[in-house]
Amino acid sequence: MNITPQITQAFIVCISAIFTQNILLSYFLGLCPFIGCSREVRSSVGLGLAVIFVMTCTCALNWILYHFVLEPLHLEFFRFIMFIIIIAAFVQFVEMVIDRFSPYLYQRLGVFLPLITVNCAILGACLFMVIRNYSFIVTVGYGLGSGIGWFLAIVAMANIRGKLANDLIPKGLQGPGITLIIAGIMALAFIGFTGVLAGQ
Amino acid sequence: MIQTLLISVLIMSAISAGLAAVLVVAEFFLRNYGECKITINGEKDLVIDGGGSLLASLVEQKIFIPSACGGRGTCGLCKVKVPDGAGSLLPTEEPYLDKKEIAGNMRLSCQVKVRNDLKIEIPEELFNIKEYSCSCEEIRDLTHDIKLFRFKLIEPPDIKFTPGQYMQLLAPIYEKSKEEVYRAYSIASDSAQKDIIDLIIRFVPGGICTTYCFEYLNVGDKVKMNGAYGEFRLSETDADMLWIAGGSGMAPFVSILHYMKNTGNKRKVTYYFGANKVKELFLLDEMRQFEKDLPNFRFVPVVYEPEEEWNGETGLVTKAVGRNEKNIADCEGYLCGSGGMIDASIEVLKKLGLDEDKIYYDKFA
Ligand SMILES: Cc1cc2nc3c(=O)[nH]c(=O)nc-3n(C[C@H](O)[C@H](O)[C@H](O)COP(=O)(O)OP(=O)(O)OC[C@H]3O[C@@H](n4cnc5c(N)ncnc54)[C@H](O)[C@@H]3O)c2cc1C
Ligand code: FES
Repeated sequence: MNITPQITQAFIVCISAIFTQNILLSYFLGLCPFIGCSREVRSSVGLGLAVIFVMTCTCALNWILYHFVLEPLHLEFFRFIMFIIIIAAFVQFVEMVIDRFSPYLYQRLGVFLPLITVNCAILGACLFMVIRNYSFIVTVGYGLGSGIGWFLAIVAMANIRGKLANDLIPKGLQGPGITLIIAGIMALAFIGFTGVLAGQ
Repeated sequence: MIQTLLISVLIMSAISAGLAAVLVVAEFFLRNYGECKITINGEKDLVIDGGGSLLASLVEQKIFIPSACGGRGTCGLCKVKVPDGAGSLLPTEEPYLDKKEIAGNMRLSCQVKVRNDLKIEIPEELFNIKEYSCSCEEIRDLTHDIKLFRFKLIEPPDIKFTPGQYMQLLAPIYEKSKEEVYRAYSIASDSAQKDIIDLIIRFVPGGICTTYCFEYLNVGDKVKMNGAYGEFRLSETDADMLWIAGGSGMAPFVSILHYMKNTGNKRKVTYYFGANKVKELFLLDEMRQFEKDLPNFRFVPVVYEPEEEWNGETGLVTKAVGRNEKNIADCEGYLCGSGGMIDASIEVLKKLGLDEDKIYYDKFA
């Protein structure tokens, strides 16, 4: 089996997951921590990195689980629960690692860290990779790309909100209101990338 | 059908068990910080198992840092200088530290985790704080929800404290609480009676420590407490004083009154004590006796809504102070009780012309 075309495909899928098919800005998955944790650049970078890591690894793990355990046993319907269990265990692990190596980040991320477990972007990516029949290498590329896409979106949002911090915003729009509007505008901008990869 | 069901359950259990095993192993390696050395004031070294909070690790070594909230990060009393090894300031600490303290490496010891060797600096007087085992000698009803608990010290057999200070009482694990907690209670006894500690405790519905004291603690039971802590005490001036308290906020003033009586202190004191009902007033006889013993002490009970005949002050205690006190710029204010009452009292005293830095208080929550 020649894997070069697969790697090329993985690369393309990765790039498109970052830009044209951004899991946050075109599928609107993972919005809750996106709004809750984008107040400060430092913590959004941390959460974004954690999501990249969890997303890539759980996509890979879940691919193995799906193709080597669930499919042979005809338990495909079982994937929702199994995927979530894998994600939950993995997040626990990441939590321990962050607590050990960056207490600041651990405290700052607070409840959002365990909440990655129920970050629907992650389950979403795992399910998409099944529906789209990606091979293992492509899946890793897809997980990585989706993670990076989510990371870019939340860091961009944190920077924009940082700029807005000292501006006067109408009372009803403060907080989540203005954040959702900005997210909408960012999503529009990301549609602009669609043409770039249309040829593939 | 049944087969599929069995297989799915089996697979799920197997995978979950596998993951749990991996997590347990990871926990063993990641949460294991090994032995850490804490160097205190550059002279004393403690070797402890890492992983716990600095506060808990110090308490384990019988070095007692003040902590009224029991390590929840809500009282801000457990400040300790950590020049080396604490890592960066945590978001949970920021609200309790001002710029000067942050620059001076002050940290909340209940939030700092011991992960490596640490250097800390603490005032010498904290070494004088000891843990006392004592037995409950008497429980006396003062009102429907306030009791006086008298403890006799067993080991060490006597205590030295400054009137106004508080102890931290340990509520052990009991039926309604799965963890040991420490709670702060002001000492209400005479500091000359070195083997006795009186605490005046108000019942907080659902509260861990107060439920223990009110429903489980009996005369003869043994308890542990440590102390004494706190900066609330008489100043060393001759200024006239205004005292304001409500409920169990009575406690430190009783101790201070004993002390004033023992030392023949002639400072002028007006003590406003607020209660909702007449039957919520307590220790009235004792207060009248202090008025006889101390020439310049006056006790002014204020009842918010007297339910029976009452010819004293009525309404809010803060209003009564406003009505009766004029020209108090040279006074000192001493306040004790719930946070709400103290904030309101500070406002009133400031309006009456008292400087904020001449108002001393202990907030009870
Ligand atoms: C310096 C200092 C001195 C104190 N001295 C005394 C004293 O002499 N006598 C005394 O009775 N108490 C005193 N307190 C308060 C005491 O330390 C406890 O906070 C209180 O007894 C409740 O403890 P708990 O374990 O029963 O309740 P917890 O289990 O801690 O709390 C249960 C619930 O009650 C609320 N709560 C906590 N404290 C209070 C409160 N005081 N009033 C109303 N609601 C509350 C909490 O928010 C929580 O929701 C003092 C506190 C401080 C900081
Ligand atoms: S013990 Fe209360 S803040 Fe640390």
